[in-house]
Amino acid sequence: MNGNASTTKDSYLLEVKNLETSFSIDGKLYNAVDNVSFQVKPRQIVGIVGESGCGKSVLSLSIMKLLPKGTGVIRSGEILFDGIPLETMGDKEINSIRGKDISMIFQEPMTSLNPVFTIGFQLMEVLLNHHDITKKQARQKSIELLKSVGISRPEKLVDEYPHQLSGGMRQRVMIAIAIACQPKLLIADEPTTALDVTVQAQILDLMKEIQEENDMSVILITHDLGVVAEMCDEVIVMYAGKIVEKTDVDTLFYEPKHPYTKLLLEAIPKMDEEVELLSSISGIVPSLKNMPEAGCRFAERCPMAMPECKYITPILASVEDGHEVSCLLYDQSEPKEGVNA
Amino acid sequence: MTVEINQKKNEKEILLEVKGLKTYFPVKSGFFGKTVDHVKAVDDITFEIKQGETFGLVGESGCGKSTTGRTILRFLRPFAGDIFFGNKDITKLRGKPLRDIRKDLQMVFQDPYASLNPMQMVGDIIAEPINNYFKNKPKEELKAEVMDLLTKVGLPSDAYYKYAHEFSGGQRQRIGIARALALKPKLIIADEPVSALDVSVQSQVLNLLKELQKEFDLTFLFIAHDLSVVKHMSDQIGVMYLGNLVEISNKEGMYEEPLHPYTKALISAIPEPDPRKKKQRIILDGDVPSPINPPTGCPFHPRCPAAMSECSKVKPVLKEVKPLHKVACHLY
Repeated sequence: MNGNASTTKDSYLLEVKNLETSFSIDGKLYNAVDNVSFQVKPRQIVGIVGESGCGKSVLSLSIMKLLPKGTGVIRSGEILFDGIPLETMGDKEINSIRGKDISMIFQEPMTSLNPVFTIGFQLMEVLLNHHDITKKQARQKSIELLKSVGISRPEKLVDEYPHQLSGGMRQRVMIAIAIACQPKLLIADEPTTALDVTVQAQILDLMKEIQEENDMSVILITHDLGVVAEMCDEVIVMYAGKIVEKTDVDTLFYEPKHPYTKLLLEAIPKMDEEVELLSSISGIVPSLKNMPEAGCRFAERCPMAMPECKYITPILASVEDGHEVSCLLYDQSEPKEGVNA
Repeated sequence: MTVEINQKKNEKEILLEVKGLKTYFPVKSGFFGKTVDHVKAVDDITFEIKQGETFGLVGESGCGKSTTGRTILRFLRPFAGDIFFGNKDITKLRGKPLRDIRKDLQMVFQDPYASLNPMQMVGDIIAEPINNYFKNKPKEELKAEVMDLLTKVGLPSDAYYKYAHEFSGGQRQRIGIARALALKPKLIIADEPVSALDVSVQSQVLNLLKELQKEFDLTFLFIAHDLSVVKHMSDQIGVMYLGNLVEISNKEGMYEEPLHPYTKALISAIPEPDPRKKKQRIILDGDVPSPINPPTGCPFHPRCPAAMSECSKVKPVLKEVKPLHKVACHLY
């Protein structure tokens, strides 16, 4: 509780307010993340779900300030981490936070490790960057970290190269690097998508264990609703760059409101149900350049669409305590704005 | 064709029979490239698929499921074993007879981005298999056939003149399916056809495959790593581990009463899309061993929670322990 911080400081670890991230295509800016606001509390696991191209990864790259230079920019909005604004930070300042207080695990364990350096080198790099320790201490710490992520022969593994490891082992190493400085927030972008189910189960268990031990918050980006159900406390459903529904995990699976969420849940083949045909969503996510100017972005594919969905842009509004939906079906307060989709 | 279909209506015939199939890849070493070892990608598997049914093959990456599919198509030469397709031994076919039989065996590939030629119009991609076998088909007839295929897989007719990059992943997979259907095959091997797609699109493609199966009385070998997808699609399911089939059953038996410890672990590892269901998961240690040096005895014994002493010595054989339910495990 420092006086200069905002009032929300003690309740939220991360607060994203009206974030807009755009990419320049042929000299024009298109919003890949459009007016997104959400909060992450300490020790919370927040899941972000949606189809590919809905802006999940761009959102996480915006928070990490890892957007491709020149093409991707944060146009407006605020990202408050522990009350400190990140969006205005320069490279130097963000580097002292990135990897230390916020770190990230990427989807591809095959490509996110550098193939020409040993595992130990890549782990020590993070430690030496953020702590005032000697190389020897860093090496010792690396071995401990590898042990903590369940690697059985850490003393040997520190001197091995990424190509000598299996996918699951590499993802464990990635996790070890990510948690090396005991971050407060871990952003995991599809951490288990490239892995087999039995290995996925190992990695998810490990992540939950570490999260509980270190009192860490996690943003888990995934398209797998099974992973969401198993891991998350809160869930954000994104569609075409916007949040369409935000609620706790139980409500999402048992009382989903937005037609997109409902369809997404119905489209997965269930283990304990027998259906001849699965329900599906016709069409595809509109591309950045073909985003509708006004109206709901899902209207084109929505079976519940009403005529006004095409021109009135719904806003994310609370329908119940802690349950927000952006859909005209649930809108008591008709939004006046019909622009800026 | 029609005679066979009528025949099949009365009793389900076995369309594909695989017996003791082994596919080994040589590991070469030294100046003269001497074969020093073998990667035993598929190591003695036996199964059959009935006409009009779907056989689902599941397993983790590297377990040999794709190699099995490719060997049946005879893209790969089997090391040992027999493949019978419609009572005909196709194991050793070469040249023209092999080319002729391939008309009845088609494949849908995993990656809809890599399996379509970016330089060809979609119409030409779909027409190519027909051109290969019926060189003298009149142009108009060929085009009409392709248009018909496009509508069958739910693509607009103007797709004919477009290129693959103009389509989304799901639509590309539809193109791949149209190409596989072009020669009116009997058996389609679908190798992870939906693993590159989003759930909403995945369900579209799965529905399409099911509809086409009914319409054309197709038989599928459906290869996937996603157990819920396999369950949705298949009549019979085979679970593979390290080149071996460890369990074969109809889908009810497989999911309601899995027998093999590996199948149990695999089913328990699927994250259930239901937060109120807290499953007791069986977490396996370690990774799948290398198929160059598979463990002695049961290939699963180093990771098996129920391993006994004999498991490391004697390799269990696949045997029927319940009606229509086969398992390769010493526990039974």
